[in-house]
Amino acid sequence: MKLREIAHSRAGDKGNICNVSLICYDPKDYELIKSKVTAERVKEFFKGIVEGEVVRYEVPSIAALNFVMHGALAGGVTRSLRLDLHGKSLSSALLELEIEA
Amino acid sequence: MRRRDAIRIGAGAGYGGDRFEPAIELVEKGNIDYLVYECMAERTIALYQQDKLRDPSLGYNPQLERRLAPVLRACKEKGVKVITNMGAANPEGALRKVKDVATSLGIKALKVAAIVGDDVLDRLPEFSESPILETGLKVRDYLERAVSANAYLGAEPIVEALEAGAEVILTGRVADPSLFLAPMMYEFGWSADDWERLGRGTVVGHLLECAGQVTGGYFADPGYKDVPRLWELGFPIAEVPAEGEPIITKPEGSGGIVTPATCKEQLLYEIHDPSAYFTPDCVADFSGVHFEQVGPDRVKVIGGWGRERPRSLKVSIGYRDSFIGEGQISYAGSGAINRARLAAEIVRRRLELRGIKLDESRFDLIGIDSLHGDWISRGKGEPYEVRLRVVGRTTSKAVAMAIGEEVETLWTNGPAGGGGATKSVREVIGIVSTFIPRESVRTRVVVEEVGA
Repeated sequence: MKLREIAHSRAGDKGNICNVSLICYDPKDYELIKSKVTAERVKEFFKGIVEGEVVRYEVPSIAALNFVMHGALAGGVTRSLRLDLHGKSLSSALLELEIEA
Repeated sequence: MRRRDAIRIGAGAGYGGDRFEPAIELVEKGNIDYLVYECMAERTIALYQQDKLRDPSLGYNPQLERRLAPVLRACKEKGVKVITNMGAANPEGALRKVKDVATSLGIKALKVAAIVGDDVLDRLPEFSESPILETGLKVRDYLERAVSANAYLGAEPIVEALEAGAEVILTGRVADPSLFLAPMMYEFGWSADDWERLGRGTVVGHLLECAGQVTGGYFADPGYKDVPRLWELGFPIAEVPAEGEPIITKPEGSGGIVTPATCKEQLLYEIHDPSAYFTPDCVADFSGVHFEQVGPDRVKVIGGWGRERPRSLKVSIGYRDSFIGEGQISYAGSGAINRARLAAEIVRRRLELRGIKLDESRFDLIGIDSLHGDWISRGKGEPYEVRLRVVGRTTSKAVAMAIGEEVETLWTNGPAGGGGATKSVREVIGIVSTFIPRESVRTRVVVEEVGA
């Protein structure tokens, strides 16, 4: 199952760091994404895009995870040569990640 | 001193290029007390600083008149106070402009304020030894190329302006949530060290600072997250009580939606550690915040906390970095991808033959690998059409132009069927940041009255 079936996401930028949230539509899926979508898994998924470490923050009050991805924006919005300077579309990529239900 | 028990704050713009009509709707139908326009990105001040160098009366947001002229009279009549960072690189220039606009509209006795002091460019040498956050270099390594340096101010000088009776307040660099926190501090008499309340107010400010992004903008995904009438998206209103829980809503009859889901996405937008969101006013804690739908397009914000503010202020330094040259051309139909790849190969070899060396470059196939590389998109099928994008960085404008030239000449020298070639060159103003002691930044509030 793609994460898209159970969660939504928004990406934001600060310098060369991109944060991508992963928010469960139904809080009952929170434990599932918490166990399946680890920081390591997200770092592996974004290989070639994210150069630095990925830190995961848990936000149980809204059944969400927040992934803070360092070195994710090819130098940051002001210098990046990428088409998507802000990395905004990385939220859609994360929702493509397949997990076992 | 508590002046009111509750206020309604509207967000009139979430970035510099935002739509114009929603702010007018907020003033006409939103029953708001404050209208806040957040119009500044990281780079904005550096760009406007260049306008100011050309003409010292400029340097404020060039849309200032277009945004304020349609609402200024109604704001004055209804007692709606306006707070905006459209002062950008020249808040006092913006003050003069607003006075001119008010005068030409025949508005009398309007108090307009400018917040000055965020601009520390002239004093940058004092901080030569401060480390640069992003690169590990020091401020001194950027002194010669610096075009702007601005400290992120907090809510306090805006509160000062409100205490002086200002009805329109123009700032330069101020932390986005602080623009919204200031009216809460002023109206409810919150002191500048009431960390818990400042933390809660900062949650509201953060939810509102991107305007439509909390009312259904940047949210829609048909079939999963449907949003009505995005072409008439209503901008948000926060109903904030002095004590108790705020409500996020929008003007009746406007497009968009306000639900816990729209609020959750915005709560985590541009956030790192949700329990430690640093602003000049406090360290806000979003980690326990949750949302409850209490009516159609009405969401209650529950929780939020704050701790003591940081001792330093963040300073953004804009500097002349490089030039980026770019060219694009499209191919379609069978074999489109192969022709686009051949086109890329041709451009690569042409640049090589001309002895052009780029500091960094990319060859993207838009439709295949331009956003996320070729790994996440693997096996997703081939598109009917594809667009080659060649982009590179160099310190020479002439060299940057060569990139677009070599893409454009694919018209008559490249593979069959290339169409829609475009080229561009832009100067890159880079941004880096450092921290300086809070005490070293002195702010000043200038208040002037129209027709006084």
